[in-house]
Amino acid sequence: MTRISVKDLAFSYRPGEEVLKGITLDFDGRSTAIIGQNGSGKTTFVKLLKGLLKPTRGEIHILGRPVSEMTAAALAPYIGLVFQNPNDQIFKSTVLDEVMFGPLNIGVDPKRAKEKALHALQMVGLAERAAENPQDLSLSEKKLVCIASIVAMEPEILILDEPTIAQDHAGTATVRRVIGRLKEQGKLVMTIIHDMDFVAENFERVIILHRGTVLADGDPREIFSRRELLERAGLGVPHITRLGWSLGRTKTYLTEAEFIRSMRGEGAADR
Amino acid sequence: MKKIIVEHLKYRYPQAENLALDDLSFEVDEGEMVGIIGRNGAGKSTLCQALVGLVPHFYRGAYGGKVTVAGLEVMRSSVSRLSTKVGIVFQNPFTQVTGSKWTVYEEVAFGLENMGVPRKEMIERVDYALHLLGLEDCKDRNPFDLSGGQTQRLAIAGVIALKPEIIVLDEPTSQLDPRGTEEVFRAIHRLSEEGMTVVLVEHKMEKIARYCNRVMLLDEGKLIQFASPASVFSREDLTRYGVAPPVYTRVCRELDAKREGSPHFPVTLEEAREVLKGR
Repeated sequence: MTRISVKDLAFSYRPGEEVLKGITLDFDGRSTAIIGQNGSGKTTFVKLLKGLLKPTRGEIHILGRPVSEMTAAALAPYIGLVFQNPNDQIFKSTVLDEVMFGPLNIGVDPKRAKEKALHALQMVGLAERAAENPQDLSLSEKKLVCIASIVAMEPEILILDEPTIAQDHAGTATVRRVIGRLKEQGKLVMTIIHDMDFVAENFERVIILHRGTVLADGDPREIFSRRELLERAGLGVPHITRLGWSLGRTKTYLTEAEFIRSMRGEGAADR
Repeated sequence: MKKIIVEHLKYRYPQAENLALDDLSFEVDEGEMVGIIGRNGAGKSTLCQALVGLVPHFYRGAYGGKVTVAGLEVMRSSVSRLSTKVGIVFQNPFTQVTGSKWTVYEEVAFGLENMGVPRKEMIERVDYALHLLGLEDCKDRNPFDLSGGQTQRLAIAGVIALKPEIIVLDEPTSQLDPRGTEEVFRAIHRLSEEGMTVVLVEHKMEKIARYCNRVMLLDEGKLIQFASPASVFSREDLTRYGVAPPVYTRVCRELDAKREGSPHFPVTLEEAREVLKGR
């Protein structure tokens, strides 16, 4: 089922300088990573989906609804966006209030909003910090609070702009777990991310944006096999993929487990 | 020459119960590139702030021991005096933008203006920093109109323009794409080869392994180990400190592939290829 349909989408911040140049894409339920160089239009693209910017040309439908005819507020129950910079998102004086803000705003009653908020905080491992001021948290914790704020609204579509920024090993594992849970719940999870190892392990579809256009669109193995294309887009491949290639393997490895199995001869045909 | 000397540094934030830094002692030579690793909350950012004097001068709190950077004792020197010798790039680049300048060019010049650097030299240094970080095309843009990655490059450029003897970077590539990350690491590495002393916090272990000559592992404010990347990343108990070694080290450990004549596992792509080829 198509959840987001984008037709010939164009946008410019200044006249004559198109940041997005006519993008046409459909999004079904597959978890999707949008990758591309800094300045390629990724964040602009998701802000348009969320209705925070108005396209200069083209159409977007979210769950069948035309974005152009809706306010960002009317879209909020269906699509949530975790901002790149947590300081742009956080403004309440306790973590709990911050996470309850979204649900309350889309009309959830206070009791339910609190339940949802606590549940979301539990998911990101910050339930015990609910009474603290979010400004006292570290950058990585703030980012998790922002993720919880959107999770608590239970939108059908969640977009995470750079979810693993500032996360350590455990934090990255938490983000991975949250994304997994959301996928299980049938949500469409989209992300903008530069960590290719994370993309290879967690996403079913990869879209490369390059200078405002879609350069490639496919599953991770397909995308990460296209060495020249990635080079042209200024992108890397997962570390394990690169190791495989450097050993002369033709297969594009996406996970360490896959690589190790193959090295042990358990997947000899893969070589 | 020792550029950083830390002796029994202890520090506790105001109103905190535990020590954020607990009896740290170490030395860093001129031109070294040191990577600080550890789980979030281990004290990495606090240590960065202690090297530039924001700990204790800005944050206050309880302070013990002695930190000397580029010959200045931090406790006895003002932050502005220290800022002529040691620069810091904050973890969140959006925090670094002053908000008082209309263009990227002027933003990079901000620190130099404050130090009263002559105009001619100021122009040279701003141009150099913009070039090094690949920001020439953005120089006339408003600093708040930049993408996350561009803002991060701007934050680094502003500090590099100051030509500090020591540069401290707290996750300097968190918002950058893979190519941008590689470029920034190369640029910083070049500066260290030219004699600048570099201390950086980073979660991208593959980059630390590739570029840093020594790695400092912190946990709960304590210094666990300060040694070569190969030695630190080969620790069997590393994950206990909330750190995963580079992918290359992980798979080589799993395959029991050590470097010839070395007690350590490979930490870079090249080393991993060397021990795995022919298998």
